[in-house]
Amino acid sequence: MTEKLVIIGNGMAPGRMLEHLLEKAPGRYQVTIFNAEPRVNYDRIMLSPVLSGEKAYEEIIIHGDGWYIANGITLYKGHKIVAIDRQAKTVTSDHGVTEPYDKLVIASGSVPFIIPVPGHDLPGVLTYRDLDDVQAMLLAAQSRAKAVVIGGGLLGLEAAAGLNAQGMDVTVLHVMPTLMERQLDPAAGYLLQRAVEQRGIKVITKANTQAITGNGKVEQVELTDGTVIPATLVVMAVGIRPNAALAKEAGIAVNRGIVVDAGMRSNDPDIYALGECAEVNGMVYGLVAPLYEMARVAASQLAGDEKAAFVHMDTPTKLKVTGIELFSLGDFAEGEDRQEIVLRDAAAGVYKRLVLKDDRIIGTVLYGETGDGAWFNDLKKKQTDISEMRDTLIFGQSYQGGAPLDPMAAVAALPDDAEICGCNGVCKGKITGAITAKGLTSLDDVRAHTKASASCGSCTGLVEKLMVLTLGDKYNPAAVQPMCGCTTLGHDEVRRLIKAKGLKTIPAVMQELEWTTSCGCAKCRPALNYYLVCDWPDDYADDYQSRFVNERVHANIQKDGTYSVVPRMWGGVTNAAELRAIADVVDKFEIPMVKVTGGQRIDMLGIRKEDLPAVWADLGHAGFVSGHAYAKGLRTVKTCVGSDWCRFGTQDSTGLGIRIEKFMWGSWTPAKVKMAVSGCPRNCAEATCKDVGVICVDSGYEIHFAGAAGLDIKGTEVLGLVRTEDEALEHIVALTQMYREQGRYLERIYKWAKRIGIEEIKRQIMDDGEKRKAYYERFVFSQKFAQVDPWSERVSGKDKHEFRPMASVGFAEAAE
Amino acid sequence: MTWIAIGSISDIPRRGARCVDTPEGKIAVFRTADDQVYAIDDHCPHKGGPLSQGIVHGVAVTCPLHNWVISLETGKALGADEGTVRTIPVKVDGERLFLALEALASRAA
Repeated sequence: MTEKLVIIGNGMAPGRMLEHLLEKAPGRYQVTIFNAEPRVNYDRIMLSPVLSGEKAYEEIIIHGDGWYIANGITLYKGHKIVAIDRQAKTVTSDHGVTEPYDKLVIASGSVPFIIPVPGHDLPGVLTYRDLDDVQAMLLAAQSRAKAVVIGGGLLGLEAAAGLNAQGMDVTVLHVMPTLMERQLDPAAGYLLQRAVEQRGIKVITKANTQAITGNGKVEQVELTDGTVIPATLVVMAVGIRPNAALAKEAGIAVNRGIVVDAGMRSNDPDIYALGECAEVNGMVYGLVAPLYEMARVAASQLAGDEKAAFVHMDTPTKLKVTGIELFSLGDFAEGEDRQEIVLRDAAAGVYKRLVLKDDRIIGTVLYGETGDGAWFNDLKKKQTDISEMRDTLIFGQSYQGGAPLDPMAAVAALPDDAEICGCNGVCKGKITGAITAKGLTSLDDVRAHTKASASCGSCTGLVEKLMVLTLGDKYNPAAVQPMCGCTTLGHDEVRRLIKAKGLKTIPAVMQELEWTTSCGCAKCRPALNYYLVCDWPDDYADDYQSRFVNERVHANIQKDGTYSVVPRMWGGVTNAAELRAIADVVDKFEIPMVKVTGGQRIDMLGIRKEDLPAVWADLGHAGFVSGHAYAKGLRTVKTCVGSDWCRFGTQDSTGLGIRIEKFMWGSWTPAKVKMAVSGCPRNCAEATCKDVGVICVDSGYEIHFAGAAGLDIKGTEVLGLVRTEDEALEHIVALTQMYREQGRYLERIYKWAKRIGIEEIKRQIMDDGEKRKAYYERFVFSQKFAQVDPWSERVSGKDKHEFRPMASVGFAEAAE
Repeated sequence: MTWIAIGSISDIPRRGARCVDTPEGKIAVFRTADDQVYAIDDHCPHKGGPLSQGIVHGVAVTCPLHNWVISLETGKALGADEGTVRTIPVKVDGERLFLALEALASRAA
């Protein structure tokens, strides 16, 4: 005879239990379900994608109506059980249906915690628990107005991301100092906050909500510190607690949740509980994996297997916000008996931390790159002794076993959707796919077809490894990278041959060095032009048609085809007359944007090309010359106010900066050169991240070089200390000339220095006085031809064709 | 076909370009190293960069904004990039240059 099984609640846990039960003991029970929600069983985990619009409700249904019919299950939708009569063994719903049971399963889930602040019951305050909440939020989001999410945990952040995706202006309030503090340590919490904020969601931590106020509906949220945040929607996502009230009223043992044994049985042998409402061994659970385990155990018990028992398990946490990779597992509090391994890659936004105890993993936090989460979870679960692989453990699974520390294996192990090129958003699969499908064999080909490594280039190493993995021996990166597709020679070889063969024009270089194209390309022509300008300053006629447009028209092209103009302000010093002249020019030419640059200059943006000569003429009247902000050349020398004004200044840093700039302006270099002079080691001119920097000290001038603060960030190297300003200038000039003669086109000083070696540069500039003098003399010679203000030249008519149209046609016909 | 005079070949530097203003936008007129003349819209198919400002090499120009290489003969992007810019017929009569106006008129229609 079939027994009557009644289930209170129709969430994911009882749904899974029924699947198991129908498999283990088909036909044993006649099943009746009471669901307080007026619908079937759906995947509650996927509510966030429904809220963000990535999925529809229909897509997250687990058991449709047909499933209940096919399995002979009676489902009461929208029926909330209000009483359990354990004596009569019946349950009664709020619609008055009374159903007898032989076995009862309580799966009443949890209720969201509501902070009892004034105004928590105003219309517009929602929780985030079920589909009704999501639909209410979606309705509210149509206003595109402001929303406040109280709670920076898993649910709160998913709600915030969803509302943000729906176009709302969202602020997250979190009472703790960092987000998701129960799952993440502060470092990962910080990275998470940054990522959330980058999506345009505001985050306020240590935020104590005092009241929600408004006239008849939510209008604002007030914090205890006095902050007031306007909002038309407030979502409380501060936590859940087991929904055990019904069981308690029926006299069933309840602690935090309904107390059950490892077989999911309550103190009434005919009543089971599972899911978020159940408490096993003092623990309650909220993530799906242990809840599904409860479902398996309960089904086995109901099918007659009394040995089935629930064992505690840690479950990894993952945030379901598209684009944020986050994994957290186990215990990661610090402790004396614990050790940790941490890996940080700030540029890539990666943070990984393993907490170890007795050579076993007890906790894992992964942020930014979570591919090894499953593996770490496995090691933890199996209590694997990791002492053998400890050194490489943090790098993940691909670093273990046969070939430790083989970076190739790590790349091979990356999933196809792993992002390789951050600039262009290119993933591994796209690159390997393009290599195979289009038969690409060179890095340039891969760049052209996929755009990977085509922007900042920091992923070039990864891309090359992918080429090796995909092509095997067919990929043979040339020992010397050719300058471009027009030649097989590298930059160094070309520079050497230009000197050795006395080649003094671009056609001569192309002819003698057997260029494969008739007149080069946009890569080799500017490089050759620079090499010739540098090596033959007196003989070579600069080839303007081989210069990039910025150097041809002495201004910076902007995305809309207009130009920006930066007049030179020696050492960053200006005066009233200059500022007035700039103001007049801005007014006269209706220049839309005026901006102070990082190099202590004033940038005027949005100037039409035709206006450039007139702009320069007006600036020239005030004494301005070109600031070369467009040049592969000396850009700026930043200074602080030095001993003239500053109470800490040790030398006249402003004076030295101006002197350097006046001496070196107009010189072309392989890539741009930015300098700075600071009057004391407090370094207000930020000289220690420049191509060349000077730190003044009491005893003289400490010369720095090879810093970077762009694609790469690198502090400078110290060249050496000199006693006088004259010596400082000589050393800086000699260093620059050495770089001019050896650098590859577009290679910044720090890259050149890395290639040549810091020691070698010090030896030639600091130790070898004769060499230094020779470099200095060659620079001075070349300046004779370089120090011509390009703006005044063009004001007097040079290259005037550049700035005007050749003709205007067709306007008569189109006259209005 | 109506040919409109736009000036002399010597107005354009070798391996360079000049613009011709028309009611429908700028046309870039290029002169290659071997004195061939081509005209295309001054508007890169990628992001609208002014092609007339690019470096001219062979029978192609590299856009100054993002380095797309455009064929002056066909107006097509070369290499892996895909896109096309309109070409305009050019006639060279001695030193003098002419553009075909029909192209302008038919596009305006």
